Amino acid sequence: MKTDTIAAVATAMSNSSIGIIRISGDESIAISDIIYRNKSNERVLKNYKSNTIHYGFVYDGDDIVDEVMVSVLKKPNSFTTEDTVEINCHGGILVINRILDIIIKNGARLAEPGEFTKRAFLNGRIDLSEAEAVMDIISSKNESALKNSVKQLRGSVHRKVSELRKAIIYEIAFIESALDDPEHISLEGYPDKLYKKVNELSGEIENLLATSENGRIIAEGIKTVIVGKPNAGKSSLLNLLVGEEKAIVTDIAGTTRDVLEEDIKINGISLHIIDTAGIRSTEDIIEKIGVERAVSYLQDADLVIYVVDSSVPLDKNDFDIMKMIKDKKSIVLFNKTDLNSEISLDELEKFLNNNVIIIKTSTKENTGIEDLEKAVHKLFFSGKIDLDSEIMITNLRHKESLEEALDGLKLVKESLKADMPEDFYSIDLMNSYLSLGKIIGEEISDDLMNEIFSRFCMGK
Amino acid sequence: MLENESSFVENVDVCVIGAGHAGCEAALACARLGLETVIFTVSVDSIALMPCNPNVGGSSKGHLVRELDALGGEMGKNIDKTFIQSKMLNVSKGPAVHSLRAQADKAEYSRAMRKVLENQEHLTIKQAEVCDLLWKEIESSGKAATKKVTGVKTFTGATYKCKTVILCTGTYLKARCLCGEAITYTGPNGLQAANHLTDSLISMGIEMQRFKTGTPARMDRRSIDFSKMEEQFGDERVVPFSFSTNPDDVQIEQVSCYLTYTNSKTHEIIKSNLDRSPIYAGIIEGTGPRYCPSIEDKVVKFADKERHQVFIEPEGLHTNEMYVAGMSSSLPEDVQLAMYRTVPGLENCKIVRNAYAIEYDCINPKQLYPTLGFKDIEGLYSGGQFNGSSGYEEAAAQGLVAGINAARFILGKEEITFDRSEAYIGVLIDDLVTKDNFEPYRMMTSRAEYRLLLRQDNADLRLMEKGYEAGLITKSQYDNIIRKKKQIEQEIARLKNIKIGAAKVNQDFLEKNGSATLKTGTTLAELLCRPELNYEILKELDVGRTALPKDVIEQVEIEIKYEGYIDRQLRQVEQFKKMEKKLIPDSLDYDDVLSLRLEARQKLKSFRPVSVGQASRISGVSPADISVLLVYLEQLKRKNYTNGD
Repeated sequence: MKTDTIAAVATAMSNSSIGIIRISGDESIAISDIIYRNKSNERVLKNYKSNTIHYGFVYDGDDIVDEVMVSVLKKPNSFTTEDTVEINCHGGILVINRILDIIIKNGARLAEPGEFTKRAFLNGRIDLSEAEAVMDIISSKNESALKNSVKQLRGSVHRKVSELRKAIIYEIAFIESALDDPEHISLEGYPDKLYKKVNELSGEIENLLATSENGRIIAEGIKTVIVGKPNAGKSSLLNLLVGEEKAIVTDIAGTTRDVLEEDIKINGISLHIIDTAGIRSTEDIIEKIGVERAVSYLQDADLVIYVVDSSVPLDKNDFDIMKMIKDKKSIVLFNKTDLNSEISLDELEKFLNNNVIIIKTSTKENTGIEDLEKAVHKLFFSGKIDLDSEIMITNLRHKESLEEALDGLKLVKESLKADMPEDFYSIDLMNSYLSLGKIIGEEISDDLMNEIFSRFCMGK
Repeated sequence: MLENESSFVENVDVCVIGAGHAGCEAALACARLGLETVIFTVSVDSIALMPCNPNVGGSSKGHLVRELDALGGEMGKNIDKTFIQSKMLNVSKGPAVHSLRAQADKAEYSRAMRKVLENQEHLTIKQAEVCDLLWKEIESSGKAATKKVTGVKTFTGATYKCKTVILCTGTYLKARCLCGEAITYTGPNGLQAANHLTDSLISMGIEMQRFKTGTPARMDRRSIDFSKMEEQFGDERVVPFSFSTNPDDVQIEQVSCYLTYTNSKTHEIIKSNLDRSPIYAGIIEGTGPRYCPSIEDKVVKFADKERHQVFIEPEGLHTNEMYVAGMSSSLPEDVQLAMYRTVPGLENCKIVRNAYAIEYDCINPKQLYPTLGFKDIEGLYSGGQFNGSSGYEEAAAQGLVAGINAARFILGKEEITFDRSEAYIGVLIDDLVTKDNFEPYRMMTSRAEYRLLLRQDNADLRLMEKGYEAGLITKSQYDNIIRKKKQIEQEIARLKNIKIGAAKVNQDFLEKNGSATLKTGTTLAELLCRPELNYEILKELDVGRTALPKDVIEQVEIEIKYEGYIDRQLRQVEQFKKMEKKLIPDSLDYDDVLSLRLEARQKLKSFRPVSVGQASRISGVSPADISVLLVYLEQLKRKNYTNGD
């Protein structure tokens, strides 16, 4: 179980020369002694006096990670009035991130946004007059962290985590309905089945964790969404950019019914490209869901590529799209130049903002794509897209939750091996389920009851 | 309505409205605490009536009965006197989910409870329909309440002035029974509904809602062919519900239940007549419970299931009526008969009472404190199905808590609550008053997050002290429980201290009992953790052992065998308690806490939680909101401190 000792990066996370990581709580010195050794290779932080600073190294196991200065602040002589250790390390994002990760692996938990300040206030360190400010910090920082954390999650990871959760809650619901209604539902032979299932689930979480090592739980690239009405050539564009057939391309409008995602690099810029279903009013239920998703992706996008089919006249669907992308950074493709144009560039420009870039393309004949790549480059090298610290932290937070979930499953396996009754390990399954929920921003709710009643027929 | 004069006026302390399982416990608690109490019922013959299933207990409900008993309630004692079959469920699973369930002789259960009520000092039974609550406005005093109850008025015009009222109206408020197209405006079993009280409650500002439940048919035993069914026996050795019942007294001759199944024919009949079901035809507006679905629901929602279990259970020793568990329905009479007759053994069945669904008014329980007192109305308490729960046991548990607190309010004592780590009763009440409930609430073991600690075997250890504090547990019972606790502690400590070396006798003993031999020395406690060994077997190695009561040994075994798991839950409880102890003053205005998100603020205003812990369980309140709330409360505290200086 995690202690109530918290850790976070205290400086702005950027490639500056120095970074500071702060650890606060009863275990802060003990945890630091696991990862820090002085130049004589001793773990001696606990012996140092308060308000002293020491030279040494941070280790991950036996590997040196960084050369650091470590301050020891014993209670009540710290910002939070708790035992505190501050590690001054080199400022590279990767180094800071790695050290924070090691601290968390050794028992601290990642601080909630504003938590140091909150502790400082609750422990009487901060003046009464600052209370309002403290509350504002907690509230606003959490709001934005939460939003980012879920938004930045890769679509594929989001789906995977949801699937894992579904699989886990099904097992819990089965056990619980059998416990509540033993005369209707039997658990005979179940532990063996569950063991296999838990093994499988653990493997999948481990895979996710492995991808997190290089920071890929979350979508790193600039979120680029391709929109346009059906059959405008969006999927062809995606295939051109990716360089292989990912999307199915046909002449039939509405072929792409869901959302496809790909990562590509254009002139050194990472783009996370999302191809959406064509936007049009539709009665087809599956396509409708696709369209709704397209709209919601569009709202979150960093960049919109709007593909216009120049071989047919502009219609209501086009005007709807133009309205939606009004406040977005966007590039408009005047596509299908291989066919006869039904609209002119001037006509299109009339309905768009002045500064929007319009590029003539033919996805069929692969013309204009280079111009598009140049335009993307120009847009973002002039602008200041900053993808550093928050993404790292988000990644760490997700990783922490994945690890918690994995720990829960480990306990389940131990209980199964020890032949413990079902009611013991269903508790650990629940903990795993809740940990995974944190990743996708799910609130605690009546999931279990709903699952029980919808999946299993209870008695009476 | 405000107070007015009437021809007949009586002064008492407590009025309990309704004499079902909640009302009985509430009234007994108040009377036993020395308060003049009247219990109202529309029919004295229906006191402690069991209008649905003939069982007491079952998974997690058995826990509630034992907890109730440890607190001085009556249900456990009453079922011990009147059961006709008993089983401990889930014995192959962990001790935390073992649960007692008994078949009751319904008529006897009701009669025995009535006898207890009739012989209770300070308690009067009154057959009358209460139509109005009397109340007055009060000055706000930092508490939330703006009104205060002063009495009740019956249909015949009699007025009972009192200090507290406990509402336990069950399923009677504006009740409506449906059997296919046939609708009657009655309570359960054709009993008179209470049609006036709802309006009086609404006029006091109480928010009402409408729920629904149902019951299967009862059949004539002589028309059933039991040879086509599997006979279900009770346990060989019966465990009593009540801690005060001598186990030897409950080893009676038991009757059997029978198991049979529905089949594709049954399902066909149901499917082809769905249009005649009031639920599927949209005539029923109330929300029904998902955990006891009607057979129509089962067939529709679980269409891939080829058969459903049906238990045929006796309703008592002196009746031929048999309860058909698993086939509640609101289909019309002719369809019911046709469907029942497809079930093996029921081919020639005769229905004594038809299955029916019932709709009734109840409250949204978020209007209650965890004491079960109304936040807005001083002196008003409620329990049971009126609070949106379902089940006899859930009702009785709430009745007791409402009764204890109504009495303590009059006596000027601090009211008693139970938290989620202490008792299933705590989980039940917290869920009711903290969560949005859209169906009758049933206790389930999965709702108790600390259930490894909340076992039916330790309900006495958990709660008797509180029962004593409440005044419903005697000094000698209290002394016993303190002694028991000590014995358990000492025995655990002793077993942890006795070293067992790798001597040959010990190795031989282990081998003989199919247990791995020792490589190094260990303790008796360590050996007890091994699944294949138990306290009794270890006798051979434990020479200094003195004889201990069975229930003490049981606790010692559980505490040692599951120590790791129990310790983990205890640590979680410690964290949990921290937040429960941070109280939120009733006067707190959430509009002053500017940093709360809008949704959280609205929820907090509507639920008005008593502690930060409770606040954190309200849906829509995030951890960040809780942090904000903590900072705000600290700020308030310091301000008050400064002002007081």
